[in-house]
Amino acid sequence: MSTDTVIRAPKRRLRDRIPVVHQLRQSVGLQRGMLIAGLVLTGIFVFVAIFAPLIAPYGFAQLRDAAGPFGSQQPPSAEHLFGTTVGGYDVLSRVLWGAQTAILVIIIAVTLSLFAGVLLGLVSGYFGGWLDRVLVVLCDAIYAFPSLLLAIVMAIVISGGQSNLWGGVFAAAISITVVFIPQYFRVIRAETVRIKAEAYVESAKVLGASNSRVMFRHVLRNSTRTLPLIFTLNSSEAILTLAGLGFLGFGIEPTAAAEWGYDLNKALSDVSSGIWWTALYPGLAIVLVVLGITLVGESLNDLADPRLRGRRRVAQASGEVAETSVVPGGTLVAGPGGLAGLEDGESFDEHGIGVRS
Amino acid sequence: MSTVVSIEGLGVSFATDAGAVKAVDGVSLKVERGEVLAIVGESGSGKTVTAKTILGLLPETATTSGAVLLSNKAGTSESDVVALSKKQLREVRGTDVAMVFQEPSTALNPVYTVGWQIIEGLRAHTSISQKDARAKAIEILGRVGIPDPEHRIDHYPHQFSGGQKQRIVIAMALVLDPGLIVADEPTTALDVTVQAEILDLLRRCRDEFGMGIVLITHNMGVVADLADRVAVMYQGKVVEEADAKTLFASPKAEYTKALLAAVPYVGTGTASAIERAAQRPADWVEQAPVVEASGLEIVYPGRFGRPGFQAVGGVDFVIRPGEVLGLVGESGSGKTTIGRAIAGLTKVTGGSLRVLGHEMNGVREREFRPLRSRIGFVFQDPASSFNPLLTIAECVAEPLVIHGRASNPAKARARVDELLEAVQLPKAYGDRYPHELSGGQRQRASLARALALEPELLIADEPTSALDVSVQARVLELFAELQREFGFASLFISHDLAVVDILADRIAVLYRGALVEEGTGAEVLGAPSDPYTQRLLASLPVPDPVAQAERREELRRLREAV
Repeated sequence: MSTDTVIRAPKRRLRDRIPVVHQLRQSVGLQRGMLIAGLVLTGIFVFVAIFAPLIAPYGFAQLRDAAGPFGSQQPPSAEHLFGTTVGGYDVLSRVLWGAQTAILVIIIAVTLSLFAGVLLGLVSGYFGGWLDRVLVVLCDAIYAFPSLLLAIVMAIVISGGQSNLWGGVFAAAISITVVFIPQYFRVIRAETVRIKAEAYVESAKVLGASNSRVMFRHVLRNSTRTLPLIFTLNSSEAILTLAGLGFLGFGIEPTAAAEWGYDLNKALSDVSSGIWWTALYPGLAIVLVVLGITLVGESLNDLADPRLRGRRRVAQASGEVAETSVVPGGTLVAGPGGLAGLEDGESFDEHGIGVRS
Repeated sequence: MSTVVSIEGLGVSFATDAGAVKAVDGVSLKVERGEVLAIVGESGSGKTVTAKTILGLLPETATTSGAVLLSNKAGTSESDVVALSKKQLREVRGTDVAMVFQEPSTALNPVYTVGWQIIEGLRAHTSISQKDARAKAIEILGRVGIPDPEHRIDHYPHQFSGGQKQRIVIAMALVLDPGLIVADEPTTALDVTVQAEILDLLRRCRDEFGMGIVLITHNMGVVADLADRVAVMYQGKVVEEADAKTLFASPKAEYTKALLAAVPYVGTGTASAIERAAQRPADWVEQAPVVEASGLEIVYPGRFGRPGFQAVGGVDFVIRPGEVLGLVGESGSGKTTIGRAIAGLTKVTGGSLRVLGHEMNGVREREFRPLRSRIGFVFQDPASSFNPLLTIAECVAEPLVIHGRASNPAKARARVDELLEAVQLPKAYGDRYPHELSGGQRQRASLARALALEPELLIADEPTSALDVSVQARVLELFAELQREFGFASLFISHDLAVVDILADRIAVLYRGALVEEGTGAEVLGAPSDPYTQRLLASLPVPDPVAQAERREELRRLREAV
């Protein structure tokens, strides 16, 4: 048999390999519903953040237009769909612009903590020893602090509490970063310690690979599988922390950027006097965005685990008998049972069902 | 005799991401009281799924057709397991049918005493008082051969050895006196000498308790030892069913014949070893050995303030160029530790170990690294020894890139293709990912990687123990062929005497970290002088029911002599 006749395993199609799209196609039932709901909410959030300058009727710091000042605490009307705040800003515009601030903070905070946490976790888990102990204790110490308190301290240290757009965004982002690094550190370290004992890492060591080659070629790529989950869950937490900082008055000046937490803070006194619109919309925005991102994260989490993943029921004893076994003493030329015996493309291991004995 | 379980036209399908997969297809089997039915077959043949159906243990992704009629021991009631509700299933499990699992250490809950776990099962099904239940648990522990059961009933699982744990698992299955026991690879995780004891116990279950046993196994020796009737499964179907003597003497189905032919026998390798020895040059004995150990000692450090654990002590052996040394021993005998020490993965703590002329005792990684290109290593588990994110070609190219023979995997491709051909894999497989290959193919790719730099020494740590018997035969054949072609020296580590016999020029037997016997295959396996080697050899079940019955007698004699 010539090797030319070997049928190449079909490459998985592109749409099956893009992370979220693959999961979407894989999901069924309630899990699919959750994922779609999450994706829609997150999609709207990202869309609004990008196109806020076009969608928002006014600027985030705009107090007056051609017809004069907006007036403070105006109820919803045709000019101001969501009304105006006590400071005289348009609520709708502030909510839309707020998405932009939120997404900036998420991107900066998660990127910073991702890089720092992953690198520290990898080094710490791979080499172990005293460095590992020190880093673990340090991360435990950070865990022991209430994260919001830590964020406040960091906000004060970085920017003196109040500042302009970038100052405020970075203050919030870095303070969130500090809180998140231990999470990435922990996850990557645990994975690294596990993978370090895997046979393929030992086999690389036996071959004489250097530490950095083993770390980055063999360990790193295999230890990042859970990152998209933490990534999404942390994004929602980042929004909550940002909102919390703003609510407590450590946020961004209203003239520098729109920020939901700050608006909620200013709406506190309105609530008791029956002015509902100033608190409702920023609050709703926070809830929906957090809900959307969390739904995506949770569904990805469930879909990543074959035991939690739902599947369509199959008809009574249907399907083909898989050619998992091997013709004894079969040809050595190709695969088990010759070429015909090869499962095309995908194997059971990938899907984690337990039909092996 | 009455029928305990009767499976009729059973079909099982699983829902997977790739669509429905049928695991069992139209299987009909019967087990009578006091009979052992062995279901044999390779991974994926559907034998475990069939057994699990009897207990209603299939996952929710499975759908079933056909019927599994289960009678209780007295034969007074009969129920179709497939149609039972969850509550009814719970009643049936334990009282009518019980299961013995493969891995005894995970089948027992480590935080409860074994007595508690036995009593728990008793009280879940019968209204028995705590005191009576305890008495019954002690009785059953005594009957499965746990010494001093009154005292040991309050011990935790970790205080028992592996064989004793499996006895306790069997005791848990026996305590409610079910009519049928389903034993799923009950001895696979155990050493061969312990395996013989557990098989004896299962035989007593049949004879003394009058139970039907469904024995799932891939080991033809175990089948020959215990089974009355054998069903051979292949791709979800029963291809042959016959009583044990007939099946081994005159197999009918092609598949069964091939399966039996692939089982390694002790004594097949002697001729080829003599032939190889004859071809060696006269001054071969004087050549500098590739590996030389004298008084080798390896101690794993203990916890703070505790002495370390000595895995290997006072071991002497040499491996000369082009020679295959088979290292045999049970789990914990230190055979893997020696292999890892030669590869520089485990520190040598005492004595001397010279590898390719370098002393390993106190060696630094930096000094040893250049030597690594002259040593190949094949790992036990082909599933985990490849980086799942790299293609086979990239994995095989890894040693070439590391040692500077190629600047990147793509440039090494020509050499990789040669290597893949040498291990008889098609070139195109280089573009596949490890999970797209079967176990045997992966192990062949693993050989290709180990041979990439044409090493002088190859360490193979149980390279075939994770493979099915027919695949194992092919991989061993390939190994012998490559050894002839490349002429490397090799340390071949295995727990299976028959496998070592096929390949090795000399065999060394390890027992509790010490070398008890060393010599050529004919010496060690033909006329073992050490009592441990004798026991080990006698414990190895041969795939022939008649011969195995004789060997059993001999083993009993040996045990009594100890």
